[in-house]
Amino acid sequence: MNAESPLAVSPAPLELHVPEPAARPGDAPDFSHLHIPPAGIVPRPATDAPESSMRELPYQLIRVLDGQGKAVGPWNPKLSAERLRHGLRTMLRTRAFDERMVRLQRTGKTSFYIKSTGEEAIGVAQAFALNRDDMCFTSYRQQGLLFARDWPMVDLICQIFNNRKDRLKGRQLPVLYSAREAGYYSLSGNVGSRFPHAVGWAMASAYKRDTRIASAWIGDGTSAEGDFHYALTFASVYHAPVILNVVNNQWAISTPQAIAGGNEATFASRALGFGLPGLRVDGNDFLAVYAATEWAAERARRNLGATLIELYTYRAAAHSTSDDPSKYRPEGEANAWPLGDPVERLKQHLIGLGEWSEERHAAVIAEAEEEVRAAVKEAESHGTLHSGDDDLESLFEDVFETMPQHLRDQLDELRSIG
Amino acid sequence: MSSMNMVQALNSAMDVMLTRDPNVLVFGEDVGYFGGVFRCTAGLQAKHGRQRVFDAPIAEGGIVATAVGMGAYGLRPVVEIQFADYILPAFDQLVSEASRLRYRSAGEFWAPITVRSPCGGGIHGGQTHSQSPESIFTHISGLKTVMPSTPYDAKGLLIAAIEDNDPVIFLEPKRLYNGPFDGHHDRPLQPWASHPAGEVPDDYYRIELGKASIVRPGKACTVLTYGTMVHVCLAAVEESGIDAEVIDLRSLFPIDVETITASVARTGRCVIAHEASRTSGFGAELGQLVQEHCFHSLEAPIRRVTGWDTPYPHALEWKYFPGPKRVVHALKSVMEN
Repeated sequence: MNAESPLAVSPAPLELHVPEPAARPGDAPDFSHLHIPPAGIVPRPATDAPESSMRELPYQLIRVLDGQGKAVGPWNPKLSAERLRHGLRTMLRTRAFDERMVRLQRTGKTSFYIKSTGEEAIGVAQAFALNRDDMCFTSYRQQGLLFARDWPMVDLICQIFNNRKDRLKGRQLPVLYSAREAGYYSLSGNVGSRFPHAVGWAMASAYKRDTRIASAWIGDGTSAEGDFHYALTFASVYHAPVILNVVNNQWAISTPQAIAGGNEATFASRALGFGLPGLRVDGNDFLAVYAATEWAAERARRNLGATLIELYTYRAAAHSTSDDPSKYRPEGEANAWPLGDPVERLKQHLIGLGEWSEERHAAVIAEAEEEVRAAVKEAESHGTLHSGDDDLESLFEDVFETMPQHLRDQLDELRSIG
Repeated sequence: MSSMNMVQALNSAMDVMLTRDPNVLVFGEDVGYFGGVFRCTAGLQAKHGRQRVFDAPIAEGGIVATAVGMGAYGLRPVVEIQFADYILPAFDQLVSEASRLRYRSAGEFWAPITVRSPCGGGIHGGQTHSQSPESIFTHISGLKTVMPSTPYDAKGLLIAAIEDNDPVIFLEPKRLYNGPFDGHHDRPLQPWASHPAGEVPDDYYRIELGKASIVRPGKACTVLTYGTMVHVCLAAVEESGIDAEVIDLRSLFPIDVETITASVARTGRCVIAHEASRTSGFGAELGQLVQEHCFHSLEAPIRRVTGWDTPYPHALEWKYFPGPKRVVHALKSVMEN
């Protein structure tokens, strides 16, 4: 051993590693590197089991629906056929809404939209597994939660149109909703910053000896923000009654999940260093998403603290109406996603149970489209983005609880000068 | 020379610097393979390689912090923060680290980083894709803050920023990427191709930081402005019929006190215009500079034209934006005294 160097042989020079996805435009979609275990094989610990007994879970994948659409294994939540049909209908309503809003954006009636296509099971099944009054701190791709909570479509479209009936007074980009009565926290265009709010809300609920819990959603990409780490730290330290969800949909605009560290370790495994249970779940499997959320909710409600859930899915649509994914990912990648489509999988399951049919499915799609069409019509009667019903005072309201004099002066200036 | 819009000019500046200096590298959210959400880095990864132009995690604090570390090693990182509205998670790294590293180590370490970020409104971006945060950076000792208003200036200033040994916040008015937007949002946008400052040299050139540009000479009054508001003010001056001198500051710190004060001393009147909100905006600093240097020449109170002291709204974007009408009103009112 050389006394001056701890290594006997000089190593080759260092090299900077920059990860790349398996396929880019022009390539065939390639998911051959993913390990997708069969459904039903992951054990389900008791909800009060210690975290130290479940440290393999973050590297497994909780799946209930198998390739034939049968529900198998210990995570099967054994939902009634009525609940399953309701779940499927809600996903179809979400999908119909998304499709229609993108068409409206193309016609200039609004400036922007974000679809949740392929990820509908997340917002919908998780809302089903939570109580109606549990507080949800979502990202901009869990609109299914609002449909699951029967929030009126007209209200959402009025926000998207920024019209006279927009409760948010035209201040927000479309889809950055706030619906306190639906347990749906105000969204911001800055990603990740509400994730620790859920922890704070949950700590407050515990402090007030309430029974409600909180749930928060963040993308795989945004898990790189400091906010994610603040949330995990506080949730761990104070045993906050909160469910922290990472929606791993593989892409953060053009950036593959590898750039958020997804190739080095699973997002669920981030839980390990904080002593929190980490569940990794097939996000396109309505039953698995429901079961994992129900498990985490029960744990939180029993004062056993937070759970981190990675929802493993694929962003089938563009990031937003401002995005063109053909510039950075291969054509057909969504169809090649090995975990399929959440709507198709739940439909197949219900048909297998003898509780659904192609005809009923087609009828529900037609009903959902009609519901959306009627809601758009009603919302349009209250104006669209450029219909010019400017309430100038609303520009200056809500900056503070009461409008300070300098804002009154600025309002006068706007009125007199323009 | 080539006809370039501002996106192409910025791209050309980075391309030139990546070619000239192996210590230059470019990273940020979506800037690698895709080339950035505004396409400013399009083609740079393909040309210069994945180790020199790459995607970063969504962690603005991490982006700036690692850039500081690279700068401390001796590299010249050029990082993109996707929208200036997203820069705040990096604020501590900029304020407590990048700006003070040289001072607290007595010159042992420094951070020659350039932080590019699109700013300003006018694209229906709502409150998180529209802000102009320049004054929170000009307040920080040790940071330089630059905002170009043309493709020609954008390229020359970005090259000077990259070569600067101090940290530079380089704010790009995104409404100017495709043309000299003059605030008349209901009229078609003229492309940069029809503007003289859309003619940009293909090779290396610098525009020194701290030099303002008199974009319209005039005798009646001085208009101090920068970014998108340069073009709004030029339009307003024509509409007002007042022979105002319009000064594009280009660099907010260092600031060209000489050009400003020489002009106000000549005209005796001053209008300050920026898109950012009013209270503690950069206009407050400019007004005080003028007052300190030109008090005895002033014939009228200095007027400010700014965004309102509210978040940037979505639907009422054009009621927030300080358009030509408000600038004309201010010009007329300083001429009345």
